[in-house]
Amino acid sequence: MKRFDRASAPPDVQSTGRRAAWSLISPAAGWLTVFFFVPLLIVFAVSFAARGTYGGIVWTLSFTNYLDLLHPLYGRIFLQSILFATAATAGCLALGFPLAQYIAKLPAGRQGIWLVLIMIPFWTNFLVRTYAWMFILRAEGLLNSTLQQLGLIQTPIEVLYTDGAVLLGLVYGYLPFMVLPLYVALERIDRSTIDAARDLYASRWAVFRRILLPLAKPGIVAGCILVFIPCLGAFITPDLLGGARSMMIGNLIQHEYLVVRDWPLGSALSFVLMLLVVGAMALYFRTEAKLIGQGRGA
Amino acid sequence: MKSGTVWLRSTGIATLLFLYLPIIVLVVFSFNASRLSAQWQGFTWDWYRLLARDASLHAATANSLVVAVISTVLATGLGLAASMGLERLPGSRARHVLEGALLLPLIIPEIMMGVALLLFFVTVKIPLSLTTVILGHTAFNVPVVMVIVRARLRKLDPRLEEAAYDLGASPWQAFRRITWPLLRPGVLGAGLMALTISLDDFIVTFFTAGPGSTTLPLKVYSMIKSGVSPEINALSAILVVLSMGLVALSLALQRR
Repeated sequence: MKRFDRASAPPDVQSTGRRAAWSLISPAAGWLTVFFFVPLLIVFAVSFAARGTYGGIVWTLSFTNYLDLLHPLYGRIFLQSILFATAATAGCLALGFPLAQYIAKLPAGRQGIWLVLIMIPFWTNFLVRTYAWMFILRAEGLLNSTLQQLGLIQTPIEVLYTDGAVLLGLVYGYLPFMVLPLYVALERIDRSTIDAARDLYASRWAVFRRILLPLAKPGIVAGCILVFIPCLGAFITPDLLGGARSMMIGNLIQHEYLVVRDWPLGSALSFVLMLLVVGAMALYFRTEAKLIGQGRGA
Repeated sequence: MKSGTVWLRSTGIATLLFLYLPIIVLVVFSFNASRLSAQWQGFTWDWYRLLARDASLHAATANSLVVAVISTVLATGLGLAASMGLERLPGSRARHVLEGALLLPLIIPEIMMGVALLLFFVTVKIPLSLTTVILGHTAFNVPVVMVIVRARLRKLDPRLEEAAYDLGASPWQAFRRITWPLLRPGVLGAGLMALTISLDDFIVTFFTAGPGSTTLPLKVYSMIKSGVSPEINALSAILVVLSMGLVALSLALQRR
Protein backbone atom coordinates (compact mmCIF):
# COMPACT_ATOMS: atom_id res chain seq x y z
CA MET A 1 0.00 0.00 0.00
CA LYS A 2 1.25 3.45 -0.86
CA ARG A 3 2.04 5.68 2.07
CA PHE A 4 1.05 9.25 1.78
CA ASP A 5 2.40 12.04 3.95
CA ARG A 6 1.70 15.56 2.99
CA ALA A 7 1.28 18.39 5.42
CA SER A 8 -0.94 20.09 2.95
CA ALA A 9 -1.81 23.33 4.67
CA PRO A 10 0.29 26.01 6.36
CA PRO A 11 0.13 26.07 10.20
CA ASP A 12 -2.48 28.84 10.51
CA VAL A 13 -4.91 26.99 8.27
CA GLN A 14 -4.12 23.77 10.15
CA SER A 15 -5.30 25.03 13.53
CA THR A 16 -8.71 26.13 12.25
CA GLY A 17 -8.71 23.17 9.88
CA ARG A 18 -8.53 20.61 12.65
CA ARG A 19 -12.04 21.31 13.91
CA ALA A 20 -13.39 21.47 10.39
CA ALA A 21 -11.66 18.16 9.68
CA TRP A 22 -13.36 16.41 12.57
CA SER A 23 -16.77 17.79 11.67
CA LEU A 24 -16.28 16.43 8.13
CA ILE A 25 -15.14 13.01 9.30
CA SER A 26 -17.62 12.45 12.12
CA PRO A 27 -20.76 11.72 10.04
CA ALA A 28 -19.02 8.84 8.20
CA ALA A 29 -17.27 7.70 11.37
CA GLY A 30 -20.60 7.80 13.20
CA TRP A 31 -22.38 5.83 10.49
CA LEU A 32 -19.73 3.12 10.47
CA THR A 33 -19.69 3.05 14.27
CA VAL A 34 -23.43 2.39 14.43
CA PHE A 35 -23.77 0.12 11.40
CA PHE A 36 -20.43 -1.66 11.43
CA PHE A 37 -18.42 -1.52 14.65
CA VAL A 38 -21.32 -1.84 17.10
CA PRO A 39 -22.74 -4.80 15.12
CA LEU A 40 -19.30 -6.47 15.25
CA LEU A 41 -19.23 -5.94 19.02
CA ILE A 42 -22.68 -7.48 19.28
CA VAL A 43 -21.45 -10.55 17.35
CA PHE A 44 -18.59 -10.79 19.83
CA ALA A 45 -20.94 -10.48 22.82
CA VAL A 46 -23.49 -12.94 21.43
CA SER A 47 -20.75 -15.51 20.83
CA PHE A 48 -20.63 -15.91 24.63
CA ALA A 49 -24.41 -16.15 25.01
CA ALA A 50 -26.67 -19.21 24.82
CA ARG A 51 -29.39 -20.19 22.40
CA GLY A 52 -32.98 -19.77 23.55
CA THR A 53 -35.49 -22.58 23.18
CA TYR A 54 -37.00 -21.10 20.01
CA GLY A 55 -33.85 -19.49 18.64
CA GLY A 56 -33.08 -16.04 19.95
CA ILE A 57 -30.49 -15.17 22.54
CA VAL A 58 -30.20 -15.90 26.26
CA TRP A 59 -27.55 -13.61 27.74
CA THR A 60 -24.96 -15.63 29.65
CA LEU A 61 -21.21 -15.62 29.80
CA SER A 62 -19.94 -18.99 28.71
CA PHE A 63 -17.38 -20.43 26.37
CA THR A 64 -19.70 -23.27 25.37
CA ASN A 65 -20.00 -22.04 21.77
CA TYR A 66 -16.26 -21.95 21.31
CA LEU A 67 -15.90 -25.36 22.92
CA ASP A 68 -18.62 -26.65 20.58
CA LEU A 69 -16.47 -25.50 17.67
CA LEU A 70 -13.89 -28.11 18.69
CA HIS A 71 -16.31 -30.79 17.48
CA PRO A 72 -14.64 -32.75 14.64
CA LEU A 73 -17.48 -31.85 12.26
CA TYR A 74 -16.72 -28.14 12.56
CA GLY A 75 -12.99 -28.81 12.60
CA ARG A 76 -13.34 -30.58 9.27
CA ILE A 77 -15.23 -27.64 7.74
CA PHE A 78 -12.66 -25.13 9.01
CA LEU A 79 -9.81 -27.24 7.69
CA GLN A 80 -11.61 -27.75 4.39
CA SER A 81 -12.17 -23.98 4.04
CA ILE A 82 -8.50 -23.28 4.66
CA LEU A 83 -7.57 -25.98 2.11
CA PHE A 84 -10.02 -24.60 -0.49
CA ALA A 85 -8.75 -21.06 0.04
CA THR A 86 -5.11 -22.16 -0.17
CA ALA A 87 -5.68 -24.24 -3.32
CA ALA A 88 -7.65 -21.41 -4.95
CA THR A 89 -4.85 -18.96 -4.10
CA ALA A 90 -2.30 -21.31 -5.65
CA GLY A 91 -4.51 -21.71 -8.73
CA CYS A 92 -4.89 -17.96 -9.12
CA LEU A 93 -1.14 -17.53 -8.77
CA ALA A 94 -0.43 -20.19 -11.41
CA LEU A 95 -2.88 -18.61 -13.88
CA GLY A 96 -2.27 -15.01 -12.87
CA PHE A 97 1.52 -14.91 -13.00
CA PRO A 98 1.95 -15.60 -16.74
CA LEU A 99 -0.94 -13.26 -17.52
CA ALA A 100 0.49 -10.44 -15.37
CA GLN A 101 3.94 -10.98 -16.89
CA TYR A 102 2.45 -10.87 -20.39
CA ILE A 103 0.63 -7.60 -19.65
CA ALA A 104 3.73 -6.07 -18.03
CA LYS A 105 5.71 -6.76 -21.21
CA LEU A 106 3.15 -5.16 -23.52
CA PRO A 107 3.68 -1.63 -24.89
CA ALA A 108 2.44 0.94 -22.34
CA GLY A 109 -0.65 1.91 -24.35
CA ARG A 110 -1.99 -1.63 -24.57
CA GLN A 111 -1.39 -2.43 -20.89
CA GLY A 112 -4.28 -0.19 -19.85
CA ILE A 113 -6.70 -1.94 -22.21
CA TRP A 114 -5.73 -5.36 -20.88
CA LEU A 115 -6.11 -4.23 -17.27
CA VAL A 116 -9.62 -2.94 -17.99
CA LEU A 117 -10.39 -6.24 -19.75
CA ILE A 118 -9.30 -8.12 -16.62
CA MET A 119 -11.42 -5.87 -14.37
CA ILE A 120 -14.67 -6.06 -16.35
CA PRO A 121 -15.62 -9.65 -15.44
CA PHE A 122 -14.81 -8.81 -11.84
CA TRP A 123 -17.47 -6.10 -11.88
CA THR A 124 -20.05 -8.52 -13.23
CA ASN A 125 -22.46 -9.82 -10.61
CA PHE A 126 -20.78 -12.62 -8.65
CA LEU A 127 -23.99 -14.69 -8.53
CA VAL A 128 -24.28 -14.43 -12.30
CA ARG A 129 -20.67 -15.50 -12.85
CA THR A 130 -21.14 -18.47 -10.55
CA TYR A 131 -24.41 -19.39 -12.24
CA ALA A 132 -22.55 -19.36 -15.59
CA TRP A 133 -20.45 -22.27 -14.34
CA MET A 134 -23.56 -24.13 -13.14
CA PHE A 135 -24.94 -23.73 -16.65
CA ILE A 136 -21.73 -25.10 -18.19
CA LEU A 137 -20.90 -27.87 -15.73
CA ARG A 138 -24.28 -29.47 -14.93
CA ALA A 139 -25.15 -32.92 -16.22
CA GLU A 140 -27.17 -31.55 -19.18
CA GLY A 141 -24.80 -28.59 -19.50
CA LEU A 142 -22.57 -27.38 -22.26
CA LEU A 143 -19.50 -29.34 -21.15
CA ASN A 144 -21.22 -32.71 -20.95
CA SER A 145 -23.26 -32.30 -24.13
CA THR A 146 -20.15 -31.21 -26.06
CA LEU A 147 -18.11 -34.14 -24.77
CA GLN A 148 -20.96 -36.51 -25.60
CA GLN A 149 -21.29 -35.14 -29.11
CA LEU A 150 -17.57 -35.56 -29.63
CA GLY A 151 -18.01 -39.17 -28.51
CA LEU A 152 -15.50 -38.75 -25.69
CA ILE A 153 -17.97 -39.87 -23.04
CA GLN A 154 -21.16 -41.94 -23.18
CA THR A 155 -22.94 -40.83 -20.02
CA PRO A 156 -22.63 -37.37 -18.45
CA ILE A 157 -19.77 -37.04 -15.98
CA GLU A 158 -20.45 -35.47 -12.61
CA VAL A 159 -18.61 -32.14 -12.44
CA LEU A 160 -21.10 -29.79 -10.83
CA TYR A 161 -21.60 -30.25 -7.07
CA THR A 162 -18.05 -31.45 -6.52
CA ASP A 163 -15.04 -29.98 -4.70
CA GLY A 164 -13.40 -29.45 -8.08
CA ALA A 165 -16.28 -27.21 -9.18
CA VAL A 166 -15.95 -25.13 -5.99
CA LEU A 167 -12.22 -24.72 -6.60
CA LEU A 168 -12.83 -23.73 -10.21
CA GLY A 169 -15.47 -21.20 -9.12
CA LEU A 170 -13.16 -19.67 -6.52
CA VAL A 171 -10.23 -19.37 -8.94
CA TYR A 172 -12.54 -17.89 -11.56
CA GLY A 173 -14.11 -15.46 -9.13
CA TYR A 174 -10.96 -14.04 -7.59
CA LEU A 175 -8.35 -14.24 -10.39
CA PRO A 176 -8.47 -10.46 -11.06
CA PHE A 177 -7.46 -9.84 -7.41
CA MET A 178 -4.26 -11.76 -8.11
CA VAL A 179 -3.44 -10.31 -11.52
CA LEU A 180 -3.58 -6.63 -10.55
CA PRO A 181 -0.98 -6.58 -7.73
CA LEU A 182 1.23 -9.03 -9.67
CA TYR A 183 1.12 -6.71 -12.65
CA VAL A 184 2.04 -3.69 -10.50
CA ALA A 185 5.09 -5.55 -9.14
CA LEU A 186 6.21 -7.04 -12.48
CA GLU A 187 5.76 -3.81 -14.37
CA ARG A 188 8.27 -2.08 -12.09
CA ILE A 189 11.05 -4.58 -12.82
CA ASP A 190 13.80 -3.06 -14.91
CA ARG A 191 13.87 -5.06 -18.16
CA SER A 192 17.63 -4.57 -18.48
CA THR A 193 18.14 -6.82 -15.42
CA ILE A 194 16.54 -9.67 -17.34
CA ASP A 195 18.49 -8.87 -20.51
CA ALA A 196 21.72 -8.87 -18.50
CA ALA A 197 20.91 -12.30 -17.07
CA ARG A 198 20.11 -13.62 -20.55
CA ASP A 199 23.39 -12.20 -21.84
CA LEU A 200 25.14 -14.15 -19.11
CA TYR A 201 23.46 -17.33 -20.41
CA ALA A 202 20.89 -17.69 -17.65
CA SER A 203 18.18 -20.17 -18.65
CA ARG A 204 14.57 -18.99 -18.71
CA TRP A 205 13.97 -20.95 -15.52
CA ALA A 206 16.95 -19.26 -13.85
CA VAL A 207 15.65 -15.83 -14.88
CA PHE A 208 12.25 -16.69 -13.40
CA ARG A 209 13.66 -18.23 -10.24
CA ARG A 210 16.46 -15.76 -9.51
CA ILE A 211 15.11 -12.45 -10.87
CA LEU A 212 11.36 -12.33 -11.52
CA LEU A 213 10.28 -14.26 -8.44
CA PRO A 214 12.29 -12.30 -5.83
CA LEU A 215 11.50 -8.92 -7.40
CA ALA A 216 7.80 -9.72 -7.76
CA LYS A 217 7.52 -10.97 -4.18
CA PRO A 218 5.60 -7.97 -2.77
CA GLY A 219 3.04 -8.38 -5.57
CA ILE A 220 2.80 -12.12 -4.98
CA VAL A 221 2.21 -11.64 -1.26
CA ALA A 222 -0.39 -8.91 -1.83
CA GLY A 223 -2.20 -10.95 -4.50
CA CYS A 224 -2.25 -14.07 -2.32
CA ILE A 225 -3.76 -12.16 0.61
CA LEU A 226 -6.35 -10.48 -1.61
CA VAL A 227 -7.46 -13.87 -2.95
CA PHE A 228 -7.11 -15.89 0.25
CA ILE A 229 -9.29 -13.65 2.44
CA PRO A 230 -12.48 -13.60 0.34
CA CYS A 231 -12.03 -17.29 -0.52
CA LEU A 232 -11.90 -18.16 3.16
CA GLY A 233 -15.23 -16.42 3.77
CA ALA A 234 -16.80 -17.64 0.52
CA PHE A 235 -20.50 -18.44 0.61
CA ILE A 236 -21.98 -18.23 -2.89
CA THR A 237 -19.41 -20.45 -4.63
CA PRO A 238 -19.66 -23.51 -2.35
CA ASP A 239 -23.40 -22.95 -1.98
CA LEU A 240 -24.09 -23.10 -5.71
CA LEU A 241 -21.26 -25.23 -7.11
CA GLY A 242 -20.44 -27.51 -4.18
CA GLY A 243 -21.90 -30.81 -3.10
CA ALA A 244 -23.27 -31.65 0.33
CA ARG A 245 -19.76 -32.24 1.63
CA SER A 246 -18.10 -29.16 0.08
CA MET A 247 -19.34 -26.92 2.89
CA MET A 248 -17.16 -23.97 3.88
CA ILE A 249 -17.18 -21.68 6.93
CA GLY A 250 -19.46 -19.20 5.15
CA ASN A 251 -22.08 -21.88 4.53
CA LEU A 252 -21.83 -23.08 8.09
CA ILE A 253 -22.37 -19.53 9.41
CA GLN A 254 -25.37 -19.04 7.15
CA HIS A 255 -26.73 -22.45 8.20
CA GLU A 256 -26.40 -21.67 11.91
CA TYR A 257 -27.95 -18.22 11.53
CA LEU A 258 -30.81 -18.78 9.11
CA VAL A 259 -31.58 -22.52 9.27
CA VAL A 260 -30.74 -23.75 12.77
CA ARG A 261 -31.17 -20.23 14.21
CA ASP A 262 -28.39 -20.86 16.71
CA TRP A 263 -27.15 -17.28 16.70
CA PRO A 264 -24.64 -17.68 19.54
CA LEU A 265 -22.89 -20.55 17.77
CA GLY A 266 -23.07 -18.69 14.44
CA SER A 267 -21.51 -15.68 16.15
CA ALA A 268 -18.66 -17.75 17.57
CA LEU A 269 -18.07 -19.14 14.05
CA SER A 270 -18.07 -15.63 12.54
CA PHE A 271 -15.68 -14.44 15.17
CA VAL A 272 -13.21 -17.26 14.53
CA LEU A 273 -13.45 -16.51 10.80
CA MET A 274 -12.65 -12.88 11.51
CA LEU A 275 -9.66 -13.89 13.64
CA LEU A 276 -8.35 -16.02 10.75
CA VAL A 277 -8.75 -13.07 8.37
CA VAL A 278 -7.08 -10.62 10.76
CA GLY A 279 -4.30 -13.19 11.26
CA ALA A 280 -3.76 -13.41 7.51
CA MET A 281 -3.69 -9.61 7.30
CA ALA A 282 -1.16 -9.36 10.15
CA LEU A 283 1.02 -11.90 8.36
CA TYR A 284 0.76 -9.79 5.22
CA PHE A 285 1.78 -6.57 6.95
CA ARG A 286 4.70 -8.30 8.68
CA THR A 287 5.93 -9.72 5.37
CA GLU A 288 5.46 -6.36 3.70
CA ALA A 289 7.44 -4.60 6.44
CA LYS A 290 10.18 -7.22 6.13
CA LEU A 291 10.27 -6.84 2.36
CA ILE A 292 10.47 -3.06 2.60
CA GLY A 293 13.23 -3.48 5.20
CA GLN A 294 15.15 -5.74 2.83
CA GLY A 295 14.63 -3.26 0.02
CA ARG A 296 16.21 -0.51 2.12
CA GLY A 297 19.10 -2.75 3.16
CA ALA A 298 19.99 -3.69 -0.41
CA MET B 1 13.43 -15.78 -26.10
CA LYS B 2 11.00 -15.96 -28.99
CA SER B 3 9.35 -19.22 -27.89
CA GLY B 4 9.02 -17.75 -24.39
CA THR B 5 7.13 -14.75 -25.73
CA VAL B 6 4.80 -16.96 -27.75
CA TRP B 7 4.13 -19.08 -24.68
CA LEU B 8 3.36 -16.01 -22.55
CA ARG B 9 1.12 -14.59 -25.25
CA SER B 10 -0.90 -17.76 -25.65
CA THR B 11 -1.31 -18.32 -21.90
CA GLY B 12 -2.28 -14.65 -21.51
CA ILE B 13 -4.96 -14.89 -24.17
CA ALA B 14 -6.14 -18.28 -22.90
CA THR B 15 -6.57 -16.88 -19.38
CA LEU B 16 -8.50 -13.90 -20.72
CA LEU B 17 -10.77 -16.30 -22.62
CA PHE B 18 -11.25 -18.28 -19.39
CA LEU B 19 -12.49 -15.06 -17.77
CA TYR B 20 -14.90 -14.18 -20.57
CA LEU B 21 -16.15 -17.48 -22.03
CA PRO B 22 -18.57 -18.40 -19.24
CA ILE B 23 -20.18 -14.95 -19.41
CA ILE B 24 -20.39 -15.04 -23.21
CA VAL B 25 -21.87 -18.57 -23.15
CA LEU B 26 -24.45 -17.43 -20.62
CA VAL B 27 -25.53 -14.45 -22.71
CA VAL B 28 -25.59 -16.41 -25.99
CA PHE B 29 -27.75 -19.16 -24.52
CA SER B 30 -30.24 -16.62 -23.17
CA PHE B 31 -31.38 -16.48 -26.83
CA ASN B 32 -31.55 -20.27 -27.26
CA ALA B 33 -34.98 -21.55 -28.33
CA SER B 34 -34.74 -24.78 -26.33
CA ARG B 35 -35.78 -24.70 -22.68
CA LEU B 36 -33.89 -27.80 -21.58
CA SER B 37 -31.07 -28.46 -23.99
CA ALA B 38 -27.61 -26.95 -23.94
CA GLN B 39 -27.53 -27.29 -27.71
CA TRP B 40 -28.35 -24.41 -29.98
CA GLN B 41 -31.93 -24.73 -31.25
CA GLY B 42 -32.41 -21.34 -32.88
CA PHE B 43 -32.81 -17.72 -31.84
CA THR B 44 -35.62 -16.47 -29.61
CA TRP B 45 -36.59 -13.47 -27.47
CA ASP B 46 -39.05 -15.66 -25.53
CA TRP B 47 -37.16 -15.70 -22.22
CA TYR B 48 -36.88 -11.93 -22.20
CA ARG B 49 -40.61 -11.70 -22.93
CA LEU B 50 -41.32 -14.01 -20.00
CA LEU B 51 -39.18 -11.81 -17.73
CA ALA B 52 -40.97 -8.68 -18.91
CA ARG B 53 -44.28 -10.18 -17.76
CA ASP B 54 -43.01 -11.32 -14.35
CA ALA B 55 -44.53 -8.95 -11.77
CA SER B 56 -42.29 -10.14 -8.91
CA LEU B 57 -39.30 -9.21 -11.05
CA HIS B 58 -40.64 -5.70 -11.52
CA ALA B 59 -40.96 -5.33 -7.76
CA ALA B 60 -37.42 -6.65 -7.24
CA THR B 61 -36.06 -4.22 -9.83
CA ALA B 62 -37.83 -1.31 -8.16
CA ASN B 63 -36.47 -2.39 -4.75
CA SER B 64 -32.93 -2.72 -6.12
CA LEU B 65 -33.08 0.74 -7.66
CA VAL B 66 -34.46 2.36 -4.49
CA VAL B 67 -31.76 0.74 -2.34
CA ALA B 68 -28.94 1.51 -4.79
CA VAL B 69 -29.88 5.15 -5.36
CA ILE B 70 -30.50 6.07 -1.71
CA SER B 71 -27.47 4.19 -0.34
CA THR B 72 -25.25 5.64 -3.07
CA VAL B 73 -26.31 9.22 -2.36
CA LEU B 74 -25.79 8.71 1.39
CA ALA B 75 -22.45 6.90 0.99
CA THR B 76 -21.13 9.44 -1.52
CA GLY B 77 -21.98 12.36 0.78
CA LEU B 78 -20.51 10.70 3.87
CA GLY B 79 -17.46 9.37 2.00
CA LEU B 80 -16.70 12.67 0.27
CA ALA B 81 -16.90 14.63 3.53
CA ALA B 82 -14.75 12.12 5.40
CA SER B 83 -12.13 12.08 2.61
CA MET B 84 -11.87 15.87 2.71
CA GLY B 85 -11.69 15.76 6.49
CA LEU B 86 -8.89 13.17 6.52
CA GLU B 87 -6.96 15.33 4.07
CA ARG B 88 -7.18 18.20 6.55
CA LEU B 89 -5.84 16.18 9.46
CA PRO B 90 -2.08 16.59 9.36
CA GLY B 91 -0.10 13.32 9.43
CA SER B 92 -1.18 12.51 12.95
CA ARG B 93 -1.69 9.23 14.72
CA ALA B 94 -5.43 9.88 14.80
CA ARG B 95 -5.47 10.00 11.03
CA HIS B 96 -3.67 6.68 10.62
CA VAL B 97 -6.07 4.99 13.04
CA LEU B 98 -9.10 6.55 11.32
CA GLU B 99 -7.82 5.61 7.85
CA GLY B 100 -7.47 2.00 8.91
CA ALA B 101 -10.77 1.88 10.79
CA LEU B 102 -12.83 3.49 8.03
CA LEU B 103 -11.44 1.03 5.48
CA LEU B 104 -12.00 -2.05 7.64
CA PRO B 105 -15.38 -2.93 6.06
CA LEU B 106 -13.47 -3.60 2.82
CA ILE B 107 -11.36 -6.31 4.46
CA ILE B 108 -13.88 -8.10 6.68
CA PRO B 109 -15.59 -11.07 4.93
CA GLU B 110 -18.96 -9.95 3.59
CA ILE B 111 -20.81 -12.71 5.38
CA MET B 112 -19.45 -11.38 8.66
CA MET B 113 -20.89 -7.96 7.89
CA GLY B 114 -24.20 -9.59 6.93
CA VAL B 115 -24.63 -11.53 10.16
CA ALA B 116 -23.38 -8.61 12.28
CA LEU B 117 -26.02 -6.30 10.79
CA LEU B 118 -28.72 -8.95 11.22
CA LEU B 119 -27.84 -9.36 14.91
CA PHE B 120 -27.68 -5.60 15.35
CA PHE B 121 -31.13 -4.98 13.86
CA VAL B 122 -32.61 -7.81 15.89
CA THR B 123 -30.96 -6.55 19.10
CA VAL B 124 -32.15 -2.95 18.70
CA LYS B 125 -35.54 -4.28 17.51
CA ILE B 126 -35.61 -2.67 14.08
CA PRO B 127 -37.74 -4.95 11.86
CA LEU B 128 -35.95 -6.04 8.68
CA SER B 129 -37.16 -4.10 5.66
CA LEU B 130 -35.88 -2.17 2.68
CA THR B 131 -34.64 0.47 5.16
CA THR B 132 -32.32 -1.96 6.92
CA VAL B 133 -30.91 -3.00 3.53
CA ILE B 134 -30.24 0.67 2.70
CA LEU B 135 -28.51 1.25 6.06
CA GLY B 136 -26.24 -1.74 5.45
CA HIS B 137 -25.43 -0.88 1.84
CA THR B 138 -24.49 2.65 2.87
CA ALA B 139 -22.09 1.23 5.47
CA PHE B 140 -20.16 -0.91 2.98
CA ASN B 141 -20.18 1.78 0.30
CA VAL B 142 -18.67 4.57 2.43
CA PRO B 143 -15.16 3.01 2.28
CA VAL B 144 -15.54 2.33 -1.46
CA VAL B 145 -16.28 6.01 -2.09
CA MET B 146 -13.44 7.05 0.18
CA VAL B 147 -10.83 4.93 -1.62
CA ILE B 148 -11.72 6.44 -5.00
CA VAL B 149 -12.20 10.05 -3.83
CA ARG B 150 -8.97 10.02 -1.82
CA ALA B 151 -7.03 8.76 -4.83
CA ARG B 152 -8.41 11.76 -6.68
CA LEU B 153 -7.67 14.20 -3.83
CA ARG B 154 -4.04 13.09 -3.76
CA LYS B 155 -3.65 14.20 -7.37
CA LEU B 156 -4.94 17.72 -6.62
CA ASP B 157 -2.46 20.50 -6.09
CA PRO B 158 -3.06 21.76 -2.52
CA ARG B 159 -1.70 25.16 -3.54
CA LEU B 160 -4.84 25.82 -5.61
CA GLU B 161 -6.98 25.79 -2.48
CA GLU B 162 -4.37 27.78 -0.54
CA ALA B 163 -4.35 30.38 -3.30
CA ALA B 164 -8.14 30.68 -2.95
CA TYR B 165 -7.76 31.26 0.82
CA ASP B 166 -5.02 33.84 0.18
CA LEU B 167 -7.41 35.69 -2.08
CA GLY B 168 -9.94 35.85 0.72
CA ALA B 169 -12.20 32.94 -0.14
CA SER B 170 -14.23 31.34 2.65
CA PRO B 171 -13.80 27.57 3.12
CA TRP B 172 -17.16 27.03 1.42
CA GLN B 173 -16.20 29.27 -1.52
CA ALA B 174 -12.85 27.52 -1.89
CA PHE B 175 -14.61 24.16 -1.96
CA ARG B 176 -17.42 25.26 -4.27
CA ARG B 177 -15.24 27.10 -6.79
CA ILE B 178 -11.91 25.25 -6.70
CA THR B 179 -11.95 21.80 -5.10
CA TRP B 180 -15.38 20.58 -6.22
CA PRO B 181 -14.96 21.21 -9.98
CA LEU B 182 -11.63 19.37 -9.87
CA LEU B 183 -13.01 16.58 -7.73
CA ARG B 184 -16.33 16.10 -9.50
CA PRO B 185 -15.34 13.40 -12.01
CA GLY B 186 -13.80 11.35 -9.21
CA VAL B 187 -16.88 11.75 -7.02
CA LEU B 188 -19.20 10.77 -9.87
CA GLY B 189 -16.98 7.78 -10.64
CA ALA B 190 -17.06 6.75 -6.99
CA GLY B 191 -20.84 7.15 -6.92
CA LEU B 192 -21.28 4.93 -9.98
CA MET B 193 -19.01 2.32 -8.44
CA ALA B 194 -21.07 2.41 -5.24
CA LEU B 195 -24.25 2.13 -7.31
CA THR B 196 -22.88 -0.93 -9.12
CA ILE B 197 -21.78 -2.62 -5.90
CA SER B 198 -25.15 -1.96 -4.28
CA LEU B 199 -27.06 -3.28 -7.31
CA ASP B 200 -24.88 -6.42 -7.31
CA ASP B 201 -24.76 -7.10 -3.59
CA PHE B 202 -26.17 -10.41 -2.51
CA ILE B 203 -24.73 -11.40 0.86
CA VAL B 204 -25.40 -8.31 3.01
CA THR B 205 -28.84 -7.98 1.41
CA PHE B 206 -29.53 -11.67 2.03
CA PHE B 207 -29.12 -11.15 5.80
CA THR B 208 -30.72 -7.71 6.14
CA ALA B 209 -33.75 -7.92 3.81
CA GLY B 210 -37.16 -8.46 5.32
CA PRO B 211 -40.25 -9.95 3.72
CA GLY B 212 -41.27 -7.97 0.65
CA SER B 213 -37.86 -6.35 0.25
CA THR B 214 -36.50 -8.78 -2.33
CA THR B 215 -33.87 -7.17 -4.56
CA LEU B 216 -32.72 -8.37 -8.00
CA PRO B 217 -29.78 -10.47 -6.72
CA LEU B 218 -32.05 -12.09 -4.10
CA LYS B 219 -34.53 -12.88 -6.87
CA VAL B 220 -31.75 -14.33 -9.06
CA TYR B 221 -30.58 -16.45 -6.13
CA SER B 222 -34.00 -17.89 -5.46
CA MET B 223 -34.46 -18.58 -9.18
CA ILE B 224 -31.06 -20.36 -9.32
CA LYS B 225 -31.97 -22.39 -6.22
CA SER B 226 -35.05 -23.71 -8.00
CA GLY B 227 -32.97 -24.91 -10.96
CA VAL B 228 -31.23 -23.79 -14.13
CA SER B 229 -33.61 -22.12 -16.59
CA PRO B 230 -33.26 -19.90 -19.66
CA GLU B 231 -35.04 -17.08 -17.82
CA ILE B 232 -32.10 -16.90 -15.43
CA ASN B 233 -29.77 -16.66 -18.43
CA ALA B 234 -31.81 -13.78 -19.77
CA LEU B 235 -31.93 -11.99 -16.41
CA SER B 236 -28.18 -12.58 -15.99
CA ALA B 237 -27.52 -11.11 -19.42
CA ILE B 238 -29.44 -7.97 -18.45
CA LEU B 239 -27.45 -7.66 -15.21
CA VAL B 240 -24.15 -8.22 -17.05
CA VAL B 241 -24.89 -5.46 -19.54
CA LEU B 242 -26.13 -3.16 -16.76
CA SER B 243 -23.09 -3.50 -14.50
CA MET B 244 -20.60 -3.42 -17.38
CA GLY B 245 -22.17 -0.19 -18.64
CA LEU B 246 -22.08 1.42 -15.18
CA VAL B 247 -18.46 0.37 -14.60
CA ALA B 248 -17.35 1.58 -18.02
CA LEU B 249 -18.95 4.94 -17.27
CA SER B 250 -17.34 5.05 -13.83
CA LEU B 251 -13.85 4.22 -15.19
CA ALA B 252 -14.22 6.83 -17.92
CA LEU B 253 -15.12 9.47 -15.32
CA GLN B 254 -12.24 8.52 -13.02
CA ARG B 255 -9.79 8.94 -15.91
CA ARG B 256 -10.88 12.47 -16.69
